[in-house]
Amino acid sequence: MSEILKSEQSASSVKHLELEATPSPAYLDSDELILNMGPQHPSTHGVLRVILKLDGEKVMGTECVIGYLHRGVEKIAEHRTYAMFNPYVDRMDYVAAVSNGLGYCEAVEKLLNIEAPPRAQHIRVILAELNRLASHMLWLGTHALDIGAITPLFYTFRDREEILKIFEKYCGARLTTHAFRIGGCLYETYEGFEDECRNFVKFVRPKIDEYETLLTTNRIWVERTKGVGYISGDDCKAMGVTGPVLRASGVKWDIRKAQPYSGYQNFDFDIPVGTNGDTYDRYLVRIAEMRQSLRIIEQAVEKLPEGPVMAKVPKVVKPAVGEVYHGIESPKGELGYFIVSDGSTQPYRIRVRPPSFVNLQALDMMVRGALVADVVAVIGTIDIVLGEVDR
Amino acid sequence: MPQWLQSVVDYVTKSNNTPGWYADPVASAIWALIYIILIFTGVSIAVIAMNWLERKILAHMQVRLGPMRVGPHGLLQPIADALKLLIKEDIMPDQADKVVFWLAPVTIVITAFTVYIVIPFGPTHAVTDMNIGLLFMLGVSSIGVLGIIMAGWASNSHYPLMGSLRSSAQMVSYEIAMGMAVVSAVLMTSFKGGGNFFRQIYGTGGASVGTLSMIGIVRAQEAQQTWFLFKFFPLGLIAFFIFAVAMVAETNRAPFDLPEAESELVAGFHTEYSGFRWSLFFLAEYAAMIAVSSIAVTLWLGGWMRPFASLHGPNVEIPNYWSGGAIDLAFALVPALTFFVLALFAFIGTVRMPKHRAFRVQTIGLAGFALALGFIGLVLLEPHVRDRVQDIFWFSLKVAVFMYMYIWYRGTFPRYRFDQLMHLGWKFMIPTGIAVLILTAALGLGS
Repeated sequence: MSEILKSEQSASSVKHLELEATPSPAYLDSDELILNMGPQHPSTHGVLRVILKLDGEKVMGTECVIGYLHRGVEKIAEHRTYAMFNPYVDRMDYVAAVSNGLGYCEAVEKLLNIEAPPRAQHIRVILAELNRLASHMLWLGTHALDIGAITPLFYTFRDREEILKIFEKYCGARLTTHAFRIGGCLYETYEGFEDECRNFVKFVRPKIDEYETLLTTNRIWVERTKGVGYISGDDCKAMGVTGPVLRASGVKWDIRKAQPYSGYQNFDFDIPVGTNGDTYDRYLVRIAEMRQSLRIIEQAVEKLPEGPVMAKVPKVVKPAVGEVYHGIESPKGELGYFIVSDGSTQPYRIRVRPPSFVNLQALDMMVRGALVADVVAVIGTIDIVLGEVDR
Repeated sequence: MPQWLQSVVDYVTKSNNTPGWYADPVASAIWALIYIILIFTGVSIAVIAMNWLERKILAHMQVRLGPMRVGPHGLLQPIADALKLLIKEDIMPDQADKVVFWLAPVTIVITAFTVYIVIPFGPTHAVTDMNIGLLFMLGVSSIGVLGIIMAGWASNSHYPLMGSLRSSAQMVSYEIAMGMAVVSAVLMTSFKGGGNFFRQIYGTGGASVGTLSMIGIVRAQEAQQTWFLFKFFPLGLIAFFIFAVAMVAETNRAPFDLPEAESELVAGFHTEYSGFRWSLFFLAEYAAMIAVSSIAVTLWLGGWMRPFASLHGPNVEIPNYWSGGAIDLAFALVPALTFFVLALFAFIGTVRMPKHRAFRVQTIGLAGFALALGFIGLVLLEPHVRDRVQDIFWFSLKVAVFMYMYIWYRGTFPRYRFDQLMHLGWKFMIPTGIAVLILTAALGLGS
């Protein structure tokens, strides 16, 4: 494994490190330490394996080894009908299952040239934004835990529980919800759904302030995150990094605004943008996004129209020959589905563009020259879910 | 009756506060043995209690309940844990350096407990009173670092090695800042009649000679009628603050728990340890926490002195019970009252237990616990016990405050990064420590 690292560690990639005077190997054994972080490690957020090349505590290079959670989701799709594949997508990014389902259903709808009725779209937006909150809460808790603050984890899990309760009441499942169907939603909202959403928004607003009191101005938190894992907007674009990581680097790109889907153009919300592109800005951006999500939920609940929740969809989903790409803004970034149809009931090929997988590629760029503790912080700040990276 | 026996009997029967029994070697040895046994059991019990308290307090800070199943309110959880650790398989990694791997936890435990020799729980409650007590204590606790390095090295594994290297760097740098703060406190002992006191006790030393003896340091605070925390305000406070931060770093606790940073180094230097050997590390960590807190209490918080020790109040006379100041009496009753309050809490807990036969044993156990606490409170009302034990009570209470702070830090702060830790130590703590030392010396010139 070290050979891979050494060949990759050619002169070009460690430019900024060469400036520092290093002792000659003649009288000092300057062999780097190869440290295997993962796949069983408390803070690689699953079964990610990062091979670190260390000089003392300094990271000289990294290599991600992925695939420990590979389940062949894309291949499975080729043997399932369009409707049968729907539950599988929930298992990719399992902390944001609703977004996964939303993306898939909308992609197939695009392929079929149908559109979900307005009520279904609103329900989708409410659930997707609740899911964004749940995902960000889980991210905040685990990210803070990685940096050593153990308490926010319990606060965020306490509040995430309320979201999962709403999911459970709506569709019977908490995590892998399978909330949407091709053409709309299978279920009508339950009695008191709107009130529960309103109450939740009221309940969670002060809680977000509570997380902030623990972290935002905490000296150690600021020191641990400011300037750590810097990535520029141009680098983000070059690597295809999307989501809060991209926005924290100052690029105002949010698919909900840029290419509105599911009626996001009807809602009034801002895109929080950072300036420094470091871990602290990514933290602030996600916190601000949580507040924006609350705004969207509020509006969607107020505007929730009457009507059917399911469009007219043929009993057997059999799209015409063709292909479609549909991207949505999942909590982690751009989640895209590329579906090729050969005219049969089963997709010829489905390719998922998972934001976690693409964003993870930036890890090496972000941690070169940093310390071991920063690797953990950066893995947390990218917000990966290994189920989505490996699929 | 031989003289040593006489001095032992004197000590038991008379509640005088003079350290007279040091004079007789045999009596000293006997008392030392008794205290060693007392302290060993006492510290072990304190560690067990601390384990439970940490889980409970941390849990309540984190909106959860903590252990609730083993015993009423999880009171028996630490014992269950200890049992589990004892009956676990004893694993020694194949590639480890067997001897050093075995020696490391033993070293740490021995150093952690040796420190208690010089801790004065009261004017007469100490195993021994060395004239270099403080130096001895700092020296011995530094050997603990060696144990950590040994553990990391002998494990022959990457994570423990990095943990132990971090630990050694951290402890070495923070010991300097700690030393500066300690020296400024030692310097304070020589001011305002402190020197006279030592000449009286030890027969040596001029008017301005301080002491390193742990008992002597508290005596100096007694003589100067102030805790060193408030001396030369805010110099004493700053020195105390430096020590309070350095001691957290010294014991590898949050936010300075880099050597065992869970999220980075899995478990740091004790990653490869399990079962009984691991429990030794655990025991040593908590024992060391109590030990450094004891140093802080001795140096800055007046050791065994009760709050407002210089106020006595109007004289009161209760036949066969008390003659002396009213304020003295009020404070003398605090230990007993504390135990009564604890017993009350336990009784409330008993009443609130679910009325179900599955909980019968637990309810009876909790009631028994409450009765035991109440009984201790009653015993503490007895004049002989009251006068002998209140020093220990105040000392333990102050240490307990530090223990709570440790838990509080852990619930609140993220972890420092290695380089930031070094920056804080070398660029802030050490210069401030030196400045405080110089200013203390300058202010002390006049007295």
